[in-house]
Amino acid sequence: MTTRRPVAESLFTWPDAPLRLIGSECAACGLVSFPAAPDCVRCASAESKERILADHGTLWTYTTQNFRPPSPPYDGPESFEPYSVGYVELPGELLVEARLTEPDPDKLRIGQTMRLTLVPYAVQDDGTEVMTFAFAPAEEETP
Amino acid sequence: MTEAVIIGVGLHPFGRFPGKPALDMGAEAVRLALADAGVKWPQIQGGYIGSYEVANPDAIVGRLGLTGIPLRGVFNGCATAGTAIALASRAIETGEHDLTVAIGLDKHPRGAFAADPSVAGIPSWYGQTGLFLTTHFFGMKINRYMHEHGISHETLARVAAKNFGNAAANDKAWRRTPLSVEEILASPILNYPLRQYMYCGPDEGAAAVVLCRSDQAHRYTGKPVRVRATALRSRRLGAFEVQSPSFPVGEPVDSPTVDASKAAYERAGIGPEDVDVAQLQDTDAGSEIIHMAENGLCKDGEQERLIAEGATGIGGRLPVNTDGGLLGNGEPIGASGLRQIHEIVLQLRGSAGARQVPGTPRVGYTHLYGAPGASAVTILST
Repeated sequence: MTTRRPVAESLFTWPDAPLRLIGSECAACGLVSFPAAPDCVRCASAESKERILADHGTLWTYTTQNFRPPSPPYDGPESFEPYSVGYVELPGELLVEARLTEPDPDKLRIGQTMRLTLVPYAVQDDGTEVMTFAFAPAEEETP
Repeated sequence: MTEAVIIGVGLHPFGRFPGKPALDMGAEAVRLALADAGVKWPQIQGGYIGSYEVANPDAIVGRLGLTGIPLRGVFNGCATAGTAIALASRAIETGEHDLTVAIGLDKHPRGAFAADPSVAGIPSWYGQTGLFLTTHFFGMKINRYMHEHGISHETLARVAAKNFGNAAANDKAWRRTPLSVEEILASPILNYPLRQYMYCGPDEGAAAVVLCRSDQAHRYTGKPVRVRATALRSRRLGAFEVQSPSFPVGEPVDSPTVDASKAAYERAGIGPEDVDVAQLQDTDAGSEIIHMAENGLCKDGEQERLIAEGATGIGGRLPVNTDGGLLGNGEPIGASGLRQIHEIVLQLRGSAGARQVPGTPRVGYTHLYGAPGASAVTILST
């Protein structure tokens, strides 16, 4: 069985279910941040609490990545497959930048509903898959 | 308050110069600017110098003369040179110096910029998973802008074709081969909707500007160029900026370009309708389109018609990036904004040769934008 690990701790709830992004909320002014931020960039308070973010939102904008990013910092596979990147608006919370599962820009549309998922963006030498968060078009969802 | 005026400009060509250190390029640019001003290096009382790659750009005095003057290193991402000219002007305005220099130089390796995200205050996973690319921001910003304001892919290509065409008339530019709209639209997509020939590339080069007090300008030149305003702004919460893992929901917040532009117009007492020639940060073709509006030079969406009409061409009513801009010249970060100033000074003197804007331009405008959300604007006039 394939071993999997998250790219970073405290970024999303997986392997606990359900999958959600872990943000923070300023204890003083309520500003929502992702990734979780100890200090508030609006009111400068240093008190915050964890906030589990919504797993659905709408695509605000997007682009594609058609060349392999410089390494470091990118540590994905040498055999490069183009991917997409976008901002998804989580209503009332924030706009979050993420990889998108759909690489074809003609199949993406500003305003479409997106749902949170995970992608194995890299495989380590020992076969461990490194997982990061991504958003997928919600209409692909199978009930 | 004393006004600062530009009396000399110097530009080392932009491009690739194997084996030539950035400091040598910078020294050449300074010598050209000094010769243009009719000033000797020992007369210079201080200066501001910017570079991304050179750790101690003030080591340039080892090429120019160890006269003991204060040289302050400045760095503000792609707004570095705007900061250098602003501080050099301020040194004149406050009376600290009578004669000063702003210098920019850089020598970047090939390919997209790469760095450790931590230096930008960004977590490691952002870079590891392939999100830490400034080109993403530019792709995403123009994609949203095109959606909201009806800008076409052809308009992106027209901007690039114009800038490569202008660069062809500039013997100091890097990309001097004209490209047609069709050739640009046939080049591969790098970050949708932006294609290979719609992006500038990091390269090498240097530029320098000599400034003095306006009341002493007559000693050096009959055609001083006045520094009417400089402004620098950083990003505000809620603005959509480069390298942002997230940003707040809510009403759109203006970019630092809008803030810097408004501040500069107010300080100069000059409005966008007075601008005769502009140099705008065209990291990519989409950026030039967006920056036309963010700098008040047109309304959002008007670019589609203006560009189709050729308004931003050298013979148009609002010439933009007459020397080829970043698309034609590439971007040595520390030098880029002083290359813009160099071009505006030539245009206002009427000495831009084949690129000269007709009708005696009197007001010139320069603009920079870069990570992590910094913008610098300079307004110059005769």
